[in-house]
Amino acid sequence: MTGSSGFRLVGKITTLLTLMIIAPTAFADMVFNLRRGITDTSQAVYELHMLILWVCVVIAIFVFGTMIVSIILHRRSRGAEPASFSHSPKAELIWTIIPVIILVWMAIPAAKTLVVMEDFRDSEMTIKITGYQWKWHYAYLGTEVDFFSTLARSSNIARQVNSGIDPFSVENYLLEVDNPLVVPVDTKIRLLVTANDVIHSWWVPSFAIKKDAVPGFINEMWFKANETGTYRGQCAELCGRGHGFMPIVVDVMSKDDYTAWIDARTAGQNVAMVESTSDAGPEILAAAEELSGEELYNISCSACHQANGQGLPPTFPSLVDSALVNGPVAKHIDVVVNGRPGTAMIGFSSLLSDAELAAILSYERNAWGLNSGDTVQPSDIAAAR
Amino acid sequence: MGSEYEATADQHHADDHGHNGAPSGIKRWLFSTNHKDIGTMYLVFSLLMFFIGGMMIMIVRAELFQPGLQFVDPAFFNQMTTMHALVMVFGAVMPAFVGLANWMIPLMVGAPDMALPRMNNWSFWLLPVGFSFLLGTLFMPGGAPAAGWTMYPPLVMQTGDAFPYMVFAVHILGASSIMGAINIIVTIMNMRAPQMTLLKMPLFVWTWFITAFLLLAAMPVFAGAVTMLLFDQFFGAHFFNAAGGGDPVMFQHIFWFFGHPEVYIMILPAFGIVSEIIPTFARKPLFGYNSMVFATASIAFLSFIVWAHHMFTVGMPLAGELFFMFSTMLIAVPTGIKVCNWIATMWRGSMTFETPMLFSLAFVFLFTIGGFSGLMLAITPVDFQYHDTYFVVAHFHYVLVPGSVFAIMAAVYYWLPKWTGHMVDEKLGKIHFWLSAIFVNITFFPQHFLGLAGMPRRIPDYSTQFADFNMMSSIGAFGFGLSQLLFVYIVYQAVKGGEKADRQVWDNPIGLEWTVPSPAPHHTFETAPEVR
Repeated sequence: MTGSSGFRLVGKITTLLTLMIIAPTAFADMVFNLRRGITDTSQAVYELHMLILWVCVVIAIFVFGTMIVSIILHRRSRGAEPASFSHSPKAELIWTIIPVIILVWMAIPAAKTLVVMEDFRDSEMTIKITGYQWKWHYAYLGTEVDFFSTLARSSNIARQVNSGIDPFSVENYLLEVDNPLVVPVDTKIRLLVTANDVIHSWWVPSFAIKKDAVPGFINEMWFKANETGTYRGQCAELCGRGHGFMPIVVDVMSKDDYTAWIDARTAGQNVAMVESTSDAGPEILAAAEELSGEELYNISCSACHQANGQGLPPTFPSLVDSALVNGPVAKHIDVVVNGRPGTAMIGFSSLLSDAELAAILSYERNAWGLNSGDTVQPSDIAAAR
Repeated sequence: MGSEYEATADQHHADDHGHNGAPSGIKRWLFSTNHKDIGTMYLVFSLLMFFIGGMMIMIVRAELFQPGLQFVDPAFFNQMTTMHALVMVFGAVMPAFVGLANWMIPLMVGAPDMALPRMNNWSFWLLPVGFSFLLGTLFMPGGAPAAGWTMYPPLVMQTGDAFPYMVFAVHILGASSIMGAINIIVTIMNMRAPQMTLLKMPLFVWTWFITAFLLLAAMPVFAGAVTMLLFDQFFGAHFFNAAGGGDPVMFQHIFWFFGHPEVYIMILPAFGIVSEIIPTFARKPLFGYNSMVFATASIAFLSFIVWAHHMFTVGMPLAGELFFMFSTMLIAVPTGIKVCNWIATMWRGSMTFETPMLFSLAFVFLFTIGGFSGLMLAITPVDFQYHDTYFVVAHFHYVLVPGSVFAIMAAVYYWLPKWTGHMVDEKLGKIHFWLSAIFVNITFFPQHFLGLAGMPRRIPDYSTQFADFNMMSSIGAFGFGLSQLLFVYIVYQAVKGGEKADRQVWDNPIGLEWTVPSPAPHHTFETAPEVR
């Protein structure tokens, strides 16, 4: 923990404690409520949320009010004499019938909204989303565009245990990715959701859609964004060690910008790739420059292959016993740079620099008692790209 | 056995521990077939688990105190959340209610003991065995289970050596619960005093009677589900593996078919406790006794047809989503009836506010808040936003902590004088109440806001926008945890000594338990009492 974040901590605790006691209005920058979002669905959901919330508030005022009045008036210290009634069919009928009426009244708009949300007809484009431990893969069906989306490097470095980097200094901490999903505005987009390993859940609050990504099954959902902008979400289903670190970022573009983007992507250009490294502050980049092969391994590889290289077989193979790691260097470089299709092993060519990959490979080939003596050079990586 | 007890009692006549004809020493506990001793063991065990589960969540709240990872690896964080839930559900809340049932049901129905005293001993002693397995997993390669207490496959398949121990622990705890449930049902069916007809039974007995049937129906389903996991893992079955023709979502259906009744297992006895305490301190009979019984029974019935509301986002047909939304909303009706009945019991009473009453009133307030968020969660389209966020965490902790746990504490404060023969230190009790009530709200109320703002549950680190409420929640949790040490001291103090309690303890309470001396002798109601 750095000195400034220590100060911030003490300051925050003091402020919080004071605020909790004296001034609830000072919570101006805190979010208390659901967001309205930017789709018709999310607006409808927000209205439903407010409706049920107010219904609860009104019932609460009535119920708690009665209880408080009773606590104040009907206490022995005020000399209250106990009545002896023990039932009243009329009263009991009233508090059975009224809730039923309220519930039916609530159920109608809820059912209507649900029917709309589950209507996938007339979608204009389809994107297939696949959840991996711990990243997302997006495929634009009918095009050749598909890519992985992982936690931005700035967040990934800062989130390591005792990284020494203050999360408040990282922009969109844990909510930034390298490659956001890009979609056009005013377009009904159907999403097909599945997973490769365990169950994940794809959720963007501003669209009010959340659906589980279940391995072996394909779920559907849809949204139609009314406004351009960047919208963020997170995996919502516990999926293991990296569950908190697979955010979702959606860039909603104008239709023209989107067409230009998809054309460029199809032509193989990375125009819309967010260079998340450039978003990171110089302090964080400097920290990353100095990381050793071991530290880089622990950031990028150990989530699956574990810090001791033993992996979590059968899903994540052990590197220590691996024929690949113990075999020729060239093949090892190829798998790390380009990935293994059909498995959770993605190519890291777009995620890490030549120097970083070389450091990781050198580390892997000499750690855990392997001691091959191999040293991988950045030029070897460049050649394999 | 009877003569042996008498002989032992004579030998230790002057011994404090051997009072009331109980055998002394370790054998008294190890071989006990006495419902009071077994009840005590259940309660002590549950208190121990309450603190173990509590320490686990202190680690979690310390990590969540501010953004960034300061203390633990995310994998260990997941172990802590998972084990916290398993320990609290199966180690703290359920055994506490079974302990209360053991102590109070025979006293309340005028029975000399539980119907199956030896099985009673076994069902208790299985608990330490089961928890040795479960807690032992913390020290195994790969660590403790970390896939959440819901154990969803395929994630749970990535558990290390702990996997079979987790499954076996569930089997053992399930067997213990089933035997406990059978014992309670048989006791209530067969051992009531002659004039105690079903509709004269105290409400605590009624709610436990219904809960026992829920246990009987639900626990085997859970045991079956984890057995299927075991077969998938070790014997090449593919129940939940899509690649082998199975379906991971089927596990969730089976789990929640157990899981929803399970959450009512943890709240129905609490309803019973509160229905005993409020009339005593309002000095007025319980309002709507019959409707209370029928409301409990209908909640129990509904609990079997609402399970999929825990999994609205899993991808169900529209018809399924609508059915589970409507059935879930229906639960609000019997629950509302209960809350209204409690308030009508207070209405025009002559209330005093001793510690058990304070906890019961807080129960009615705060459980109802949990009920409101439950109603909100029932609305499927909005649930898509709430699902798997801190809003859910806030909801179920409102019904479990100021719900179930407050009811258990109310029960302990209410019946402790009967158990120990000593009055509880009212002043300390009230301090404990206010600390608990304030901190529980500081802990859980901000979590509603976190969930609405979009913070998923079960994450070890979070975006900086969630920092303020998390810090507040952590402060509340530390305060709540520390306040419970006071509870241990208060109980210890009452066990050791204090103002002597008479038979009635309180001001004219209703029920057979108040007709026996305080402390209740080792053997009570050897001949059936008269019931008016």
